Amino acid sequence: MSLTQSKIAAARRRVPLAFQAPLSVRIRRYALWAFFIGLFGWCLYDFNFSPARIWEGLGRLGTVMSFMFPPHVWDNWSDFSEVLNGLGETLAIAFLGTLLGAIFALPLSLLGAKNIIRQSILRLTVRRGYDIIRAFETLVLALIFIRAFGLGPLAGILAIAVSEIGTFAKLFSEAIENTSEKPVEGVKASGGSRLQQIRFGITPQVNPVILSILLYNFESNVRSGTILGIVGAGGIGFLLSDRIAAYRWDEAWSIIFLIIGMVYLIDWLSGLIRTRLIGGQEGRALK
Amino acid sequence: MTATADIASGSRPQGTGAIADFEIAFAARRRRMRTSWAIGAILFLIVFAFTSWIGDFFKVTQVSMPDGSREWRWIIPAGIPRLGEFIEKTIPALRWDTLGVDIAEWFWRWQIWMGLLFETILIAFMATVLGVIGGFVLSFPAARNLAPNRWVLLITRRYLEIARTVPELVWALIFVFCFSVGPMAGVLAIGLHATGALGKLYSEVNENIDMRPLEGVKAAGGTWFDQVRYGAVPQVLPNIISYTLLRFEINVRASSIIGYVGAGGLGQEFRVAISFQEYTDLSALFVIIFVTVMVIDYGSEKLRHRVIGLGERTS
Repeated sequence: MSLTQSKIAAARRRVPLAFQAPLSVRIRRYALWAFFIGLFGWCLYDFNFSPARIWEGLGRLGTVMSFMFPPHVWDNWSDFSEVLNGLGETLAIAFLGTLLGAIFALPLSLLGAKNIIRQSILRLTVRRGYDIIRAFETLVLALIFIRAFGLGPLAGILAIAVSEIGTFAKLFSEAIENTSEKPVEGVKASGGSRLQQIRFGITPQVNPVILSILLYNFESNVRSGTILGIVGAGGIGFLLSDRIAAYRWDEAWSIIFLIIGMVYLIDWLSGLIRTRLIGGQEGRALK
Repeated sequence: MTATADIASGSRPQGTGAIADFEIAFAARRRRMRTSWAIGAILFLIVFAFTSWIGDFFKVTQVSMPDGSREWRWIIPAGIPRLGEFIEKTIPALRWDTLGVDIAEWFWRWQIWMGLLFETILIAFMATVLGVIGGFVLSFPAARNLAPNRWVLLITRRYLEIARTVPELVWALIFVFCFSVGPMAGVLAIGLHATGALGKLYSEVNENIDMRPLEGVKAAGGTWFDQVRYGAVPQVLPNIISYTLLRFEINVRASSIIGYVGAGGLGQEFRVAISFQEYTDLSALFVIIFVTVMVIDYGSEKLRHRVIGLGERTS
């Protein structure tokens, strides 16, 4: 039995939708594509993406990239210690920012969880509050904190902490809402107070989740800690933007490579901690 | 964990056999737990001490007291009143009877801001398009089950990792030098970062697909390209659209600040407002960005739910 042209035509007559979408769907699809392509083309024009400009830019990019090889090596200790200090400040911003954010977010997250606060007006107000805090960009917060605490890593720490309060409070309260009611009922049945129900019924369930959220956000804060220095809030970003502004591309590339190395190292370490602590936790829950 | 341990250790029964074994195992386990807690706490304290030293967390500074004298205080409580003053300066004076005029004064640069807001959204749109094209093309060689060979897999994965590890703002600094000041540098910077992030997410989607359609295409004589086009793409499309919309939201946030280094969009106005000390502009800009981000988040969430529903209906 072989497939002939007439059989295909017969099948096309019998089930036309298998071969072609209906006209209205096709028109909508073409209109959507035309809109996107039109918008893209207009943007190309509006943003002045001329071939000459792209070509010139690529030439300069090539020059900049050529400074990557050979990589710059700092030969005296005072220059290198400056870079190490910048990396340390970035780590400090990420670590203390995450820690402070978590400390403030924990009580707030209890207020936003459905199974702890039953009264919905208070809970919904608190939740909108988290959204407003999360809407502040870390960089804008850093600009504000620099006015109050001066240039330096402290402004960065507080900027990360404040923007993380909103994120953590939201994630923690979702974690609390996803716990099982059964342990809580067990504590209640054996005469536990409301506080004891939370401490012995809910906390053991959310601890691994919270730890995992903390580690993940610490990783992402190391990345955001690298850019806060561009506005002057401490960290390696200050040195990087300084070297780029001075066109010392060889040093800038070396700093970028060090940042990438540090981010890899932190990701690897936090993966190690995560499997060690949380993997163990799950194993214990099964036994 | 510790709770059960406390209760059990309070009343220790004098049993034999199984109970005694349990007691020994339990005691050993508690000892192990305690040592690991102690080691963890010490490590934590060391990291805390190191980071608070390098981050100037416990710095003391001189502050002026109300009676004019100078005293040494911890910097955080000393800075909070200054923070309050600064935030107070950014809040505009709005009176009920002259509300229209006050708001007009608050948003006095609205013509410039609306133009820049439009530019911000267009930057996010173009960056998303570039990121989707780059991420989509690279996600197939970067997926472990689809890569044509090991070297291609390794190179594309490293490229995506570098593209997403370096923050947008750093790419923007580099591209502003290469392509001069303007939205083009911002588009390329956010687009490159989005390529890295989307490429990773897409390749994870690709790794979770059903391989049987691909085998079918291969059995019918399809090349690697045919297998991906007709076997893999239809399976991953709903997830890809959903991730793309999420990325568009993130890109709007990124493009609203990227102007700070001269790469176009509303971010440059933050710099202008601070250097001209027009502090109420800061709150006006914040309101504009907040409303825009909220509207875009809401719209894209609605769209995302429709796309996911569509995917479930057809599959």
